Amino acid sequence: MSAEKQGVKELIRREYQQGFVTDIQTDTLPPGLDEGVVRAISAKKQEPDWMLDWRLAAFRHWSEQTEPEWASVHHAPIDYQSISYYAAPSARPGPASLDEVDPKLLETYAKLGIPLEEQKALAGVAVDAVFDSVSVATTFKKKLAEAGVIFCAISEAVREHPELVKQYLGSVVSYRDNFFASLNAAVFSDGTFVYVPKGVRCPMELSTYFRINSANTGQFERTLIIAEEGSHVSYLEGCTAPMRDENQLHAAVVELVALDDARIKYSTVQNWYPGDEQGRGGIYNFVTKRGDCRGARSHISWTQVETGSAITWKYPSCILRGDGAVGEFYSVAVTKGRQQADTGTKMIHIGRNTRSTIVSKGISAGHGSNAYRGLVRITPKAENARNHTQCDSLLIGDRSAAHTFPYIEVRNPSAKMEHEATTSKIGDDQLFYCRSRGLSEEDAVSMIVNGFCKEVFKELPMEFAAEAQKLLSVSLEGAVG
Amino acid sequence: MLTVKDLRVSVDEQPILNGLNLEVGEGEVHAIMGPNGSGKSSFAHVLAGREGYTVTGGEVRFDDQDLLDLSVEERARKGLFLALQYPVELPGVSNLVFLRESLNAIRAARGEPALDAATFMKVVRDKAGQVNMSPELLKRSVNAGFSGGEKKRNEILQLALLEPRLAILDETDSGLDIDALRVVADGVNVLRSPQRAFILVTHYQRLLDYVEPDYVHVLSGGRIVRSGDKSLALELERRGYGWIAGEAAA
Repeated sequence: MSAEKQGVKELIRREYQQGFVTDIQTDTLPPGLDEGVVRAISAKKQEPDWMLDWRLAAFRHWSEQTEPEWASVHHAPIDYQSISYYAAPSARPGPASLDEVDPKLLETYAKLGIPLEEQKALAGVAVDAVFDSVSVATTFKKKLAEAGVIFCAISEAVREHPELVKQYLGSVVSYRDNFFASLNAAVFSDGTFVYVPKGVRCPMELSTYFRINSANTGQFERTLIIAEEGSHVSYLEGCTAPMRDENQLHAAVVELVALDDARIKYSTVQNWYPGDEQGRGGIYNFVTKRGDCRGARSHISWTQVETGSAITWKYPSCILRGDGAVGEFYSVAVTKGRQQADTGTKMIHIGRNTRSTIVSKGISAGHGSNAYRGLVRITPKAENARNHTQCDSLLIGDRSAAHTFPYIEVRNPSAKMEHEATTSKIGDDQLFYCRSRGLSEEDAVSMIVNGFCKEVFKELPMEFAAEAQKLLSVSLEGAVG
Repeated sequence: MLTVKDLRVSVDEQPILNGLNLEVGEGEVHAIMGPNGSGKSSFAHVLAGREGYTVTGGEVRFDDQDLLDLSVEERARKGLFLALQYPVELPGVSNLVFLRESLNAIRAARGEPALDAATFMKVVRDKAGQVNMSPELLKRSVNAGFSGGEKKRNEILQLALLEPRLAILDETDSGLDIDALRVVADGVNVLRSPQRAFILVTHYQRLLDYVEPDYVHVLSGGRIVRSGDKSLALELERRGYGWIAGEAAA
């Protein structure tokens, strides 16, 4: 090898591994969005009138809004009339029993490492598989039902459990919340519904695997999780999409409701197609996630590992309403190539003795740009609120960027706030040091990055921590000097 | 084991080494001394494969291979080890993880299986004991917040664990405190063996009060201008480097 100065070379992305397309016949609405489309989606879902009315109200509200521009991301304008708002494998509209699921779909999920046959599934994990606009299968429903847990597609919940959906849908993220939340409320096609009754500890990890397959289609899923008093549930979502040259829109809404002493742990491993090295293609991921700690001593914890998407715009938040409620946000966001991420959280302290913890780890490589944007608000009645924020950025190479936008609003003098932030860089000297001990450069980068993310990985359910670690090393592979 | 012939190296087109010759055999301990800026530290880094140096002439053979043809990690896997003057910090990376990954990378290159967790822990504890290192330091992040002496000890622990055939210790700095110096010297003495050669790069002969080298070389102007045994180091201590530089220029 020549001993010329090479520096930390720009990261070359190893080929995106989930970029294949499933060849399956789909029932797709033509591109464009108007009231007719909203009505058509509602009709396909055989929804009751109250649901359609809610969608239409959302659509009217959305029509009057403009896209927000405050995020630290740049993209060409999105033409909302060129997107198709509904695509479904044409075999059946709703979730079928596993025997009736198109073998091509089972094959797709198997290829993604998510076998849907219960006997092959990861022990202790129930899966809801969402393909384009519909849920195609939900595993272990029976076993969960024995514990009283409802785990199904949200379209099914609208039909089967309307009283619960009516009571909680939109109660955390109103259809007026923001541009993308309004859009989602108008056109959401599927997603996951979870209800854990009083005092029940959900016997399995619940998970949803989102897959966008069709071209020119947006995915607008909606997830609603309700944890009654004293119940516990842990939920994980994963996402991938084929490699396509055009950008695709994903605008999801997730609402969590935790009542007295309930505990919800929500983990995300996001690996949407990030686009190519020149920034062609990739998913625009504009997501609204919010948890409402409605009950006293309730506890909501968000953990996210964001490695994919061309653009990520997402702020999983907690409203700490109940006295003694606890909110947590643990995040790893990786941007490489031309990826841009503007992500963080909001912790709104309303109840007394509420606590929140924020740990954000941003990693930027190549031309990637990573912004942490976080709000901690202590309202006047929130006596003795506490927040600890730790916000670390790691830069790889000399063309990547990291930004931090912390917003802190304190209106109660008893609050205790801590904010720590660091920025570091994987240096040539660190890589040389590791390599001089026999490690390849990829292994060295992956070891340093994993060390950097340790605090977040330990929050993931055990079955997925290793997966996330692997994903991160694949994602950063190619730091070859 | 190591043969350096007429090695010429430059940095940013500035010549640093100008025809360096050196022969190191198995089990030998060589000290390379020289005034500041003579190229000692550069020589150590060129052997390890550090980027930023351009080899403009000569050759370096390690066993029967062209060393200069190998990447940094390949050299390490072949049994070459460089203990740094200022060991690098790796925040967040547990020292144990670092040691295990390194050892397993080198074992893999030797065709040996990776050690399981229990065996690794036993090995690393033994080695830490051998170099008097507190087990507490194994749990911390690599070198992060370590004192100068602790960092040195960590380098010596790596040396003990990775069992290189040729260990190069860059101790160019005159500012090394006496404790750190003792750590390095004790490590070399414990790990000295008929199969393992050492190159000690040092400015003062203080280190040589504790380690007795087989050969002493004086580097000046990018070349070895004089070689001898331990008495040469003592002479340098007495007379300084001036007379040699003068002789070399003449």
